[in-house]
Amino acid sequence: MKRELPRIITLVTGIYLALQYFIPHRASAKVYETLNDWLIVIGIFAIVLGILGLARMHIGKVQQRDPNWPYSLTLLVGLFGMIALGFGGQGLGTPFVRAYFSVLNPIQATMFAMLAFYIASAAYRAFRARTALATILLVSAVIVMVGRVPLGELLWPKFQLGSLTVPGAAEISDWMLNVPNLAAKRAIYIGLGLGGAATALKVVLGIEAPHLRG
Amino acid sequence: MRTGRPRRGRRIMLALLTVLTAAVSAADVAPPSGVTAVDTPNDRGNSIDLTWQPSPEDRSPAPGESAAVTVTQYRILRAASLTGTFVEAGTVLPGDTSFTDAGVENGIGYYYRIEAIGSDSSWAQTAPLGPAVARGQWFDTRKSVLLAFVLLYCAVVLYLIQQARSGKELFIRPIPGLAAVDEAIGRATEMGRPILFVPGLGVTGEVATLAAFTMLGRVAKKTAEYQTSVRVPCYDPMVMTIAQDIVKSSYLDAGYPEAYREEDVFFVTQDQFSYVAAVNGMMIRERPATNFYIGKFYAESLILAETGNYAGSIQIAGTDEITQIPFFVAACDYTLIGEELYAASAYLSREAPLLGTLKGQDAGKAAVVVLVVLGTIAATLGINGFVDFFATR
Repeated sequence: MKRELPRIITLVTGIYLALQYFIPHRASAKVYETLNDWLIVIGIFAIVLGILGLARMHIGKVQQRDPNWPYSLTLLVGLFGMIALGFGGQGLGTPFVRAYFSVLNPIQATMFAMLAFYIASAAYRAFRARTALATILLVSAVIVMVGRVPLGELLWPKFQLGSLTVPGAAEISDWMLNVPNLAAKRAIYIGLGLGGAATALKVVLGIEAPHLRG
Repeated sequence: MRTGRPRRGRRIMLALLTVLTAAVSAADVAPPSGVTAVDTPNDRGNSIDLTWQPSPEDRSPAPGESAAVTVTQYRILRAASLTGTFVEAGTVLPGDTSFTDAGVENGIGYYYRIEAIGSDSSWAQTAPLGPAVARGQWFDTRKSVLLAFVLLYCAVVLYLIQQARSGKELFIRPIPGLAAVDEAIGRATEMGRPILFVPGLGVTGEVATLAAFTMLGRVAKKTAEYQTSVRVPCYDPMVMTIAQDIVKSSYLDAGYPEAYREEDVFFVTQDQFSYVAAVNGMMIRERPATNFYIGKFYAESLILAETGNYAGSIQIAGTDEITQIPFFVAACDYTLIGEELYAASAYLSREAPLLGTLKGQDAGKAAVVVLVVLGTIAATLGINGFVDFFATR
């Protein structure tokens, strides 16, 4: 029963949530909203569990003088420091909000800004023309990049060759994005949709239920 | 007295003139015609759709006709009974010939008048129309084709699962990213370093996260067999509790329950870039031999994968976030593209029911390919009915 009951709940809830998409009636929407509310409540309990686990792990590392214990101490100071500041109010000008905007916000912005450098290093590796496919990728990327910037239109504009209009970088770039690229994306979307549906079916029918293994 | 009579007479004359002017003014603009009021179809209720034919004065004045009266707006008036007071339910601009009244109670009959208001402030109302009753529907008929396709797809998947269970041999094409899982875990064992499994930023209800759970179970079982540790930093605390259960039961299945350490599956934070910083720090400090990125990923995908690449780890990634797939392709050794993400459990376990679902996916894709080809031909030939039948409404 310990294993069967969760499976039955999964089956009933899974079938209801699938059918709910096709039922616009208010009664059905209300059940759906209630289930979502339950999820939020359960999530709050899980956050408590998560924070307790995190704190326990890092307190242990500090106590045992783990090789990286200063990092654990920094985490604990940040965690409990922000909680303590939160008790002093959360309005504008309070220490909590000032700490958020003066410390956390710039750190987050720095992490996000680093993405530019990561893109450059990844692009350097990806665009090396070592094989025919990599060369196609390189040429496509160069055309798309040139076609996306105003300078590209100046360097490579479209022009007339007799009665023939030779497309410029912008037109070729648009075509590459809207035709072959979009076709590939849609193919992936279709695969994801079908794969997602099959996975949901496996979980609902209990053929595969990783979340019920514990 | 002599002076009073003419004054009273003037007042009466003025009043009569005012009334007559109003009557003439009211007649300057004609009301709309052909009014209909019906329950809004395929909705949750509390809504009535109104349509009408525009008033003849609902037009732009012709050149030289600047003094002509035109409609400036329509007022929609509603009453709960034929003899009740009609109150304004809304207004629409000229040219509009429909209105959805979303402020009604279910099960009550409502009566409507549409009032055209002219540019000279004259007005004209239609006769009361009704009763129209709002009700919620139990089936959205616009999704009939989708429902039929879903049911057919489920039937095909279940049939193929039965076929697989009956012992029929099913061919599964090689997927390099999944074939490399054993090699990646073996490498970690040889190097004596941990495996890092990142389940992404998804929550438990997302299919990509369910796929991550499935793969985590298989990876954890193998790491238990190989006596290697697997570290799972979690973004969502509910994901953490489920991941802990999965890893624990995988160690149990492998026959090494004592090797399971709860602190290896832990919650980090629910802040995107703080999570990235924590995971990147682990990669640099602990130098895991293998990194798995399976689940939902956003802007952090490349930061994680590039750091893992710098740390010299073998990297296997899979996500259903299509914009992140190129970043994983550029920075990882193997990337599960599209539905390959959902094939992991079947591929790694080779269990008959799971292989059946995989074949079901292939059958679904084949059906979609056939429909796309037929749709392309039909649209090229101008047969729009075929395309419209499948169009999203």
